Amino acid sequence: MLLEAKHLGREVNSKILLQDINFSVAAGEVIAIIGPSGSGKSSLLRLLNRLDEPTSGTVYFEGKDYRETPPRELRCKIGMVTQRAYLFPGTVAENINFGPNQRGESLEREALEKLLSQVSLAGFADRNVTNLSGGEAQRVSVARTLANKPEILLLDEPTSALDETAKSDVEALLQSIMHERSLTCILVTHDEAQAMRMAQRALILQAGRIVKDGFIKEVLHA
Amino acid sequence: MLKHWFVTQLQLGFAQATFTALTALLIVWLAKWRGIHLFGEAAIAMSRGIVQIVAVGSILVLLLHGPAWTGAIVLVAMMVAAGQISARRAKGMPGAFAVSTWAIACGSGSVIALMTWIGVIDTAITSLVPVGSMIIANAMNTNGMALNRFRSEVLAHVGEIETALALGAQPQQSVAPYVQSSFEASLIPALDSMRSLGIVWIPGLMAGMMLSGARPLYASIYQFVVLAMIFTASGLTSLVSTILIRARIFTPAQQLALQPGR
Repeated sequence: MLLEAKHLGREVNSKILLQDINFSVAAGEVIAIIGPSGSGKSSLLRLLNRLDEPTSGTVYFEGKDYRETPPRELRCKIGMVTQRAYLFPGTVAENINFGPNQRGESLEREALEKLLSQVSLAGFADRNVTNLSGGEAQRVSVARTLANKPEILLLDEPTSALDETAKSDVEALLQSIMHERSLTCILVTHDEAQAMRMAQRALILQAGRIVKDGFIKEVLHA
Repeated sequence: MLKHWFVTQLQLGFAQATFTALTALLIVWLAKWRGIHLFGEAAIAMSRGIVQIVAVGSILVLLLHGPAWTGAIVLVAMMVAAGQISARRAKGMPGAFAVSTWAIACGSGSVIALMTWIGVIDTAITSLVPVGSMIIANAMNTNGMALNRFRSEVLAHVGEIETALALGAQPQQSVAPYVQSSFEASLIPALDSMRSLGIVWIPGLMAGMMLSGARPLYASIYQFVVLAMIFTASGLTSLVSTILIRARIFTPAQQLALQPGR
């Protein structure tokens, strides 16, 4: 298994956000985490990216307790795309190079253009991010995460802040990237139809606990 | 008018203090109409202020007759008190008191020590304590502003900071723009004081020096010297406090600990 959560839990100020979460993800698998608002979906993704610390249990990444891997290295391997793009001031190229720059590296122009083509933003490298639409900004955010060459991609409601046209464009883009790269993905969404289109397996979260885990069609139609 | 009613200097002083405090409280009371509730804090601050300055004034009278090293003790005590006061502007930030005290001690302490050694500040307690206290007080204000601004910036940019962390950034890199803006903002008053010196305001020290017989030109130059020392101490304090505090808002696992509502 590429990633395995064992008895994972998080409690903040005596409030239980997640409790006894157990699941595993195989390489190349696309999993949707579905649940109502406040069920702990985003909290779970934050734990997987180690932006928050589990208060119980842990996550095994490539068979190793993820707390043994330096956080920065782990976060590059388990990349995350958030609901809002949160682009940094500057150009598209500067944003995409943000991750590699942290390791003292920089994408070659050719690699940068190839990545931009993959997210349908060819020729956008020198454009200032303030001039991008919501959909374009989210594409840059996806490309920026991919520039770190993650082994797992965490997607936290990546289309929920977009209008309908941009939403379907970004969704199609994510599907093609997952397919082309055989990327392991964990998608958080409240949109069951989107989950059906993108994932093979689903976890249903309710009040911080997994109540269902299985093939997406079986889980959603049960 | 007050001079006609109060005969002794002490009576006059207390009458002047009461009148000015009442006018200040009137403004705070007027602000309440606009939904700004500062009455409690302003009343306590003013009460503390008058009690403290009278107490310190009395102690200074005693110290003036003591050995020179007692001045250093007074200044160290002032730095600790300044650390405690300005740490309140950093609500929710871990270790704010330690950070503030170290920053103020580094910023103002090093400037006072250097300037005393060089001979810019006279070693006599009558010079060392008043000039030193001005430097410490301004370092305290700068530190409070830097921490307060940094806290606001971090809380307003949690998404950007965590995005940077998620992309593999070092914690200090993820908050670098907010360290910079907090540092810049905290130095605005010190810069404005320097810029407006002699045009918008004639500081009390210069007026006092002239009243006590110093040549006006030397009093003017020395006032610039004091402001330059204040600026140096404030800049160093702000630099140290923003560097120290940025490390404390992250956990050992490089997670942002300062979060809204936590």
